[in-house]
Amino acid sequence: MSAEVIRNLIIIAMMVAATMLTRFLPFLLFPAGKKTPKYITYLGTTLPYATIGLLVVYCLKNINFFASPFGLPEIIAIAVIVVLHLWRGNSLISIGAGTAVYMLMIQAVFK
Amino acid sequence: MDENKKLAALRYAFPRTIPVMAGYLVLGAAYGILMNVNGYGFWWALMISVIVYAGSLQYLGLQFLVAAVNPIYAFFMSLMLNARHLFYGISMLDKYRDAGKLKPYLIFSLSDETFSVVCHEQPPKTLPIHWVYFWVSILDQCYWIIGTVIGVLLGSMIKFDTKGMDFALTALFVVIFVDQWKSGNGHRAALIGVLASVACVVIFGQNAFIIPAMILILGIITLDYKKSEKREEV
Repeated sequence: MSAEVIRNLIIIAMMVAATMLTRFLPFLLFPAGKKTPKYITYLGTTLPYATIGLLVVYCLKNINFFASPFGLPEIIAIAVIVVLHLWRGNSLISIGAGTAVYMLMIQAVFK
Repeated sequence: MDENKKLAALRYAFPRTIPVMAGYLVLGAAYGILMNVNGYGFWWALMISVIVYAGSLQYLGLQFLVAAVNPIYAFFMSLMLNARHLFYGISMLDKYRDAGKLKPYLIFSLSDETFSVVCHEQPPKTLPIHWVYFWVSILDQCYWIIGTVIGVLLGSMIKFDTKGMDFALTALFVVIFVDQWKSGNGHRAALIGVLASVACVVIFGQNAFIIPAMILILGIITLDYKKSEKREEV
């Protein structure tokens, strides 16, 4: 096996480990009848929101607002997604249309 | 267990998974196309959809593979992205408690979409309830895997310029963000997430902001919790 294949397998193993940890941990930590600590419940109601905010920023971190195209493809595509999603509320339409708009922007408009 | 009862559970479960089928076939196919375009063909995509089975993480994981990131970084990013699953588990503690030999798979396959189906599901008492959960879970994962395979095959057949297609991940997160915002809860937490992250991009730069942002977010949320606790004591 090449070094690249091994490196890929290690990264995938990390993804499996983290996913399994988040899915199995509650069943290991809180067996039958034990009450969930209040702090954990609080994290459960808040962290998911904050995490998605972090991830949106993560996806947009490489935009340069000070050089052409000034993040315009991203801004326009996200505006389309937000408006469509508030209007129709259909995830597939919002994701599909937003991605198509973005592809059109960077392939045809802001070349 | 009586085979007829298992079949009855399958007949009950299948119609409930149809909305997930539509979503998973499309998003799975988009994932397969992206994997293929980036040089990760059939076996990579199939393996990841079988053993990782976490939609948004798989999209993000493609970036890990392409950028050859540090495995520790991959682990913590995955943990952060999947932290919400902790709370799906907490919600399902009682329902999955007595699932016996089905339990490991039920927990393994508790994706966002499967959770959204099983968390409100109240099958009739005549059906073996854990088999209903099992069929929902395994059908959903099958849709995801089939979608992935279709995507890989499509991606290798049709030649079109896929530049910018990875924006689907950004779109997915924006959609989740809007859904959460519409639900009316967690506006404050959502803003903490965005603002703390932007602040850390500015301070630490785009390549080193993730870990400080996670710490900052956890810190602010913990402070909020301490404050709300104090209010309750008074």
